[in-house]
Amino acid sequence: MASTAHRPPRTAVRRRSPTAPPRSFRWIRRIFLTALTGFVLLPVYVMLSSSLKPLEDVSGTFHWLPSELTIRPYLDIWRTVPLARYFTNSLIVAGSATLCSVLIAIFAAYAVSRYRFRGKRVFTLTVLSTQMFPGILFLLPLFLIYVNIGNSTGVALYGSRGGLILTYLTFSLPFSIWMLAGYFASVPRELDEAAYVDGCGPLGALFRVVVPAALPGIVAVAVYAFMTAWGEVLFASVMTNDTTRTLSVGLQGYATQNDVYWNQVMAASLVVSVPVVAGFLLLQRYLVAGLTAGAVK
Amino acid sequence: MTTTTTTAREQAPPGRGGRPGGKAPATRRRVLLPARLRRAGLPYLLLLPALLLELLVHLVPMVIGIVMSFKELTQLTIGNWDAAPWKALGNYRVTVDLDAPVGAALLHSFLVTCAFSVLAVGLCWLIGTAAAIFLQDNFRGRGLLRALFLTPYALPIYAAVITWAFMFQRDNGLVNHVLHDQLHLTDGRPFWLLGDNSFVALLVVAVWKTWPFAFLVVTAALQSIPKDLYEAAALDGAGLVRQIRRITLPSLRPVNQVLVLVLFLWTFNDFNTPYVLFGKAAPEAADLLSLHIYQSSFVTWNFGTGSAMSVLLLLFLLVVTAGYLLATSRGRKHADG
Repeated sequence: MASTAHRPPRTAVRRRSPTAPPRSFRWIRRIFLTALTGFVLLPVYVMLSSSLKPLEDVSGTFHWLPSELTIRPYLDIWRTVPLARYFTNSLIVAGSATLCSVLIAIFAAYAVSRYRFRGKRVFTLTVLSTQMFPGILFLLPLFLIYVNIGNSTGVALYGSRGGLILTYLTFSLPFSIWMLAGYFASVPRELDEAAYVDGCGPLGALFRVVVPAALPGIVAVAVYAFMTAWGEVLFASVMTNDTTRTLSVGLQGYATQNDVYWNQVMAASLVVSVPVVAGFLLLQRYLVAGLTAGAVK
Repeated sequence: MTTTTTTAREQAPPGRGGRPGGKAPATRRRVLLPARLRRAGLPYLLLLPALLLELLVHLVPMVIGIVMSFKELTQLTIGNWDAAPWKALGNYRVTVDLDAPVGAALLHSFLVTCAFSVLAVGLCWLIGTAAAIFLQDNFRGRGLLRALFLTPYALPIYAAVITWAFMFQRDNGLVNHVLHDQLHLTDGRPFWLLGDNSFVALLVVAVWKTWPFAFLVVTAALQSIPKDLYEAAALDGAGLVRQIRRITLPSLRPVNQVLVLVLFLWTFNDFNTPYVLFGKAAPEAADLLSLHIYQSSFVTWNFGTGSAMSVLLLLFLLVVTAGYLLATSRGRKHADG
C-alpha cells in the first residue's frame, strides 16, 4: 500500500493521508538523512581511500584523494604482521563460539518458553543481570580460574582458543536466550502438539517444528553471537598468547606501534571488516524481523 | 541450585525410558502421560549447559572478584590469591578516600563516565529514533539507507575505532585537515586524542558506533504499530507532529524503557572504545571507569583495589537499574491507569 502512495498525483486529499507526508516534512527528512549518511560514511570512506594510498600520502597532511592508487598496502599487510594467523584464529574462535552459543541458547530458550518449572524466574533474571556486570570485574578472576583449571586438570584454557571460545559463547548467551525465548513463544503450541501426536519427543518437536518456524530469530542470534566474538578486545588482550592472538588484539597492536603505516592499518581494518559487514548486511532483514517478533513485545 | 540440577539429571532418564517408542496410538492419554513425567526434569536438563557456562564465566568469577576486593593482592600475592592476607574494608577505604590521590582520581573518572554516558545515550537515542521515524514511510532508497545506517554497528569495534583514531591524528588526520586547513576554524592544529578535546573525540566515536543499535530496535518496534492508528488520526485531522507525539512515541514507551537502560549499561561499562582509541592510559578528560580500573589493576599491579572499584561500580549500576526500573514501571502504570 505504501508503495502505491508514495508517488501519487499531488492533490490536497492525497497530501493529508498519513503515507504521503507534507512537503516540509520531506525536506527535513532529506536534510537529516543526508547529514546522517555523511556522518556514517565518513570513516568508511577514510578507510577505503587511505588503504589505496602510498605511504607518503598518509604520513603528511590528509588529502581527500590519493595522489596515486596502489594496492601495495593490501599485499604488505600479510608480511608486516602475521595477519593470516590472526585471521584464522578469529575465524575459529568466533565460528565455534557462535555454533555452540546458538545451540545452547536454543535448548535454554525452549525450556524457558515451553515449560513451567521452579526457579525459572531466578534463572532468567540472573542470566539477564549478567549483562550488567562490568567485564573488568570478572576478567582477572576468570583468568585465575582458567589458570587453575589448567594446573589441576591439564586442560589448557588460558592462552588457548578453547578458553576464548568458552568465554565468548557465554557473553552472547544471555541476549540470545532472551530473544529466542520471545521468538519461540510466538510459535504456536499447537505445532508442538501436532509433533507429539506424530510421535516426536520434546527434542523432535523442538528441532523439527519450533526451530524451523523460528529460523529468522535464530539467524539473528547467530549474527549477534558472531559479531560479539569477532569484535571483543578486553578478554582477548589478556587471554591469548602469540600463537592464539585474534584480530582484535593483533590489529590494535598494529595501530599503536611507534611508526604506524596508516595505509596498511586501514587496509587491514577493511579486510577484517568485510566478512562481518557482508554477512550482517545480507542477514540484517532477519535481525529486524527477529527483534520485532522476539525481544520487542 | 545445584540440588535442582542433580534431580534434573536423575529424573530425566526414566522419563525418556518410559516413552512409548514409535507405536504410540493417537489417543491423547498415552502420549501425554510420559510427557508429564518428563516435564519435571527436562527443562533443567535443557538449561544445564547454559547454567554451567554462566556459572563458570559469569557467576563464580564475580563471587571471586568480590572476595578479592577484601584481600591484599599485588603481583607478589596474586599467584596464590586465596592465601593472600585479608584486608577487610581496607581496599574500599582507599578507593573512597577523596583526599587521597586514588580516591580523587576515581571520583573524577566516575564523573567523566556519568557525563559521557548521559550524553552518549541521549544522542544515540535521539538520532536512532529520528532516523527510524524518517525511514518509516516507504520511499525509493529506503532499503539502501537502512543497510548503510547499520554499517557502523556491523563493523568490528576495533576496526572502526582505529579508523577514527587515524581521523583524529593531529598532523595527518582528516578532522584537523577539515577544521584547520579547509574551514580555518581553529588557530593551530588541536590535539584530539590528548587533553580536553579527547572527551569530544570519545563521544563522537561512541555515538557513531552505538546509535545504529537504537535505530535497529526502534525500527523493529515501529513495525508493530498498527497502520490504521495513523490513518484514523489523519482522518481526525491530526498532523504529522501530533501523530508522532500521540501515537509513535507512546507506542515506543515499553521499548524505550529497555533500550535506554541497555544503552546506558553498555556505555557506562564501555572498555573497548577508549582502550582502542587511546591505548592503555586514557587522557584525564576521557578517563572512563572501565579503563581506569583496568589501569589500576594491570598497570599498577594493585588487584585488590581494582576489585574493590569494580564492586563499587557494580553496586552503583545495580542501584541505578533498580531505581530506573521502579521509576519507569510506576510511570507506565500511571499512564495506563
